[in-house]
Amino acid sequence: MLFVATIALGFTSCDDDDSTTPEVPAVYAQEDQMGRPAINTVFVTGMENKNTFNVTIPSQMAAGFAAAFESRLLGLNAGYTTNALGMDAATFSGALVTDVLTANLNGTTTFFDGTNVLTGRTLADDVISVELLLIFGGPDGTANPGLSDDHVDANDKPFLSSFPYMATPW
Amino acid sequence: MKKKITLFAGMLALATSIYLMAADHNEAQAIMGTGSDIADLYAFQSPANSNYMVLGATVQGLLSPAATANASFDENVMIEFNIDNNGDAVEDLVIQCIFENGQVSMYGPYAPATTGLNSTIDKTATLTQADITSYGANATIGRNGNISLFAGPRDDPFFFDFNQFGAILGGSATSFNNPGDDSFKGTNVLAVVLELPKSMLGSGESINTWVETKRKQ
Repeated sequence: MLFVATIALGFTSCDDDDSTTPEVPAVYAQEDQMGRPAINTVFVTGMENKNTFNVTIPSQMAAGFAAAFESRLLGLNAGYTTNALGMDAATFSGALVTDVLTANLNGTTTFFDGTNVLTGRTLADDVISVELLLIFGGPDGTANPGLSDDHVDANDKPFLSSFPYMATPW
Repeated sequence: MKKKITLFAGMLALATSIYLMAADHNEAQAIMGTGSDIADLYAFQSPANSNYMVLGATVQGLLSPAATANASFDENVMIEFNIDNNGDAVEDLVIQCIFENGQVSMYGPYAPATTGLNSTIDKTATLTQADITSYGANATIGRNGNISLFAGPRDDPFFFDFNQFGAILGGSATSFNNPGDDSFKGTNVLAVVLELPKSMLGSGESINTWVETKRKQ
């Protein structure tokens, strides 16, 4: 914030209609951030923390939020042991806390297709059910069957086969 | 007394959950209802050409059809795709999209001079532009060489029985319904979609990507 203020001050001093002064490029300051779906929404609790998470760069998220993510995971599912990826609570929350989306450059890109895990995100991927299964489903995906799938499996409009792929608006 | 506090905490959780419009929709008070509120990020291999990648970001979620015609990108908000191609969660490349006079201008991908919370635009970077598609019009696609670009209203691709999830978190339900009810059905978002050769993003096995909204100071 201090940094932004300094830049803004810098702007003011340059904004004096001196045609020989080179144009100072505008500074854009971060307000929101997202990698994977529902990470901030589900794992960060409290409005203040959510706002802070949105202006934390990914490489610093683990340092700031890993412990809170783990306690939130155990708050959501007190019986959490491991999930279908074989990750214990610390490992799973540690994997989630750096909120970036990995995308494979050499093959299938999917959130989960039964074989590939977290290699991208297509429009049709049922990302919420994947996350619910990993949070509530236990080591073999059968625990908490009432919580591990929201039973909304597809979008409400078919996607397009050509660019821009997203469906036309309602 | 302790029981009362627990009850209060439960009610607070319920009240909070009402605002938790997932995936990233309306998730934090500071940006709720503003032009910088990100809804979702997508990254997938092009269905049309396996040498290409598609990146898509949606903002301003939960637009009703009636509200969509008047919705517009905030001209002071940049949508920035960040690409880390060496696994350290620091952006090696950025793709910056800004919106002015009915056009979207996309700069990059290019290596930014500085990384982090504050960005400037290198106006010498590759520039691709497209007219922003109006509500109800056919999609207008801008092209520059191998890059395709779209910006405009779309159906929100996201689906989730968010209301039931809120009820579960709030303690008024213990499980999802089958079938569930998509809390995002019939709603729109403003979307930016771009498609470009994978070779412009990295040469390794994979990239890490994330989207940021940044407001002009």
